[in-house]
Amino acid sequence: MANMTTISRRDFFTRVAQGAALAATGGLIWSYLLQQQARATPFAIRPPGARYEPDFNARCIKCGQCVDACPYDTLKLATADAGIPIGTPYFIPREIPCYMCTDIPCIAACPTGALDPALEDIQGSRMGLAVIDIENCLSWQGLRCEICFRECPVQGWAITVEHHPRRLSKHAMFVPVVHSDACTGCGICEKACPTQEAAIRVLQPDLVQGMIGDHYRLGWTSDTPITREFKAGGATVDSDAPAAGLDYLNEGSP
Amino acid sequence: MSTPRDTVKTGPNGRPVRPFVMPASLPGKLRVWRYLLLRRAVQLGLLLLFLGTVRWGWEVAGRPLLSGNLSASELLGTIPMADPFAVLQIILTRHLPQPEVLTGAGIILLIYLILGGRSWCAWVCPINMVTDLAAWLRRRLGISDLFRLSRNIRYTVLALALALSALTGIAAFEWISPISMLHRELIFGIGLGWTAVLGVFLFDLFILRNGWCGHLCPLGAFYALVGKLAQVRIRFDTPTCTHCGECARVCPEPQVMNLKAASATGMIASGECTNCGRCITICPEDTLQFDLRHFINTRQKTDSTESRQRRAA
Repeated sequence: MANMTTISRRDFFTRVAQGAALAATGGLIWSYLLQQQARATPFAIRPPGARYEPDFNARCIKCGQCVDACPYDTLKLATADAGIPIGTPYFIPREIPCYMCTDIPCIAACPTGALDPALEDIQGSRMGLAVIDIENCLSWQGLRCEICFRECPVQGWAITVEHHPRRLSKHAMFVPVVHSDACTGCGICEKACPTQEAAIRVLQPDLVQGMIGDHYRLGWTSDTPITREFKAGGATVDSDAPAAGLDYLNEGSP
Repeated sequence: MSTPRDTVKTGPNGRPVRPFVMPASLPGKLRVWRYLLLRRAVQLGLLLLFLGTVRWGWEVAGRPLLSGNLSASELLGTIPMADPFAVLQIILTRHLPQPEVLTGAGIILLIYLILGGRSWCAWVCPINMVTDLAAWLRRRLGISDLFRLSRNIRYTVLALALALSALTGIAAFEWISPISMLHRELIFGIGLGWTAVLGVFLFDLFILRNGWCGHLCPLGAFYALVGKLAQVRIRFDTPTCTHCGECARVCPEPQVMNLKAASATGMIASGECTNCGRCITICPEDTLQFDLRHFINTRQKTDSTESRQRRAA
């Protein structure tokens, strides 16, 4: 600082440029490293209550208290070579799935809110979504398996069995169907699947789910706004209000 | 150095300059190593408490002893603790964490405001053992620096960590920190995190003396800023000092051993001092001792008024 006055203007600007260049190049390399890691997030199956990935990644302090709290040793912290953002909690359903504790100790342990404490009912968690590979699913080959259906902790809602009749010489297929509105992504089905590689797998919903789009109006389902409008006689109604006139045929009947 | 061996060099206080001599006896050696041994005990002890709680379920009165790691933890299931620098990065990503971790960060900040900011570095940080080993080997092998780097660059790295957290929405240092990698993988399972630690070790051993802890680490820079206000400091008794220079030779942050500033303030005031205690045990004159900033300041004040009165009389 004392020799500041002896530095020429030219030297001063050179120094400033050198400092800025060092910070900028360092910052760029650093941010590439961060981006590279963040890119791996779609492959992590997170603990219950984990927020939307960018929010989760920002909040998680990588302390492992959820791992400590998990009574089944389901959760792990990503090591440097796990291919998942370093130090964050995840689980591999085929090894140890989430057994869906009703008191959700992992959320209680999380100090930052990366696991959202607003989740009080474990059935509301969305750790992932089970997806069936129908080419390798035993049930889809016509065998009576349905193990995933029977193991599912949200049986009858997250996984149902559909009956597909076939030609006379073959018996009907009883195939499992996953429903995203109820599947918690616990992975118990993936753990239980008897095929060599699991034919039902839990993935992050973003990787597998499409979106139908608002411009499709499915007139044959009873609860879409267009149907209500139609049944109400063409008048535009508040889509949340009960459809008018549904019961008109029964009116006056004893 | 240029003085012939037979003439006795004297310090500014008129006393002869004595070099530090390592005692031959084991108790004498242990006395010299007392802070080193204590630091290792604290570093390894904390690691063991974390490890015992997660691996072997250590409990006290049915509560987990020390759950988590140095990023965030909970003592006996009640007292939260958190790395204030990590929490600051999270806040900069525009996510307000839960009160629990904010309280924890406040508690740790308070602890280091008392114990002296970079006490974290010398007494708790697990990387310290790695870089101390590198520094020791380096001295033994007589390896010289590959290049020079300003020790202030750590404050640029600190600023970058905060700026990148705000820009990328990710706690920038927490995602690449070799400190957390080492600590986490020791507690929660070994992966390739040791490669980052190896990188720090090789950098410190072959490229730059005290390269990581003394030049680059933004967490150390953060705690250096905390240390500017911290209470536990190393007291400096000007009259006993012979300017032998042993302290500056053993200090991992030799720039803090500015004897002129030290006699003016009565202590090693720089926040970059890690309170490792090396200078205390090596000083042949017992000039340096742990003390509290508050007491040092009051003593310094009374000393200066006394000398003024003496001069006036």
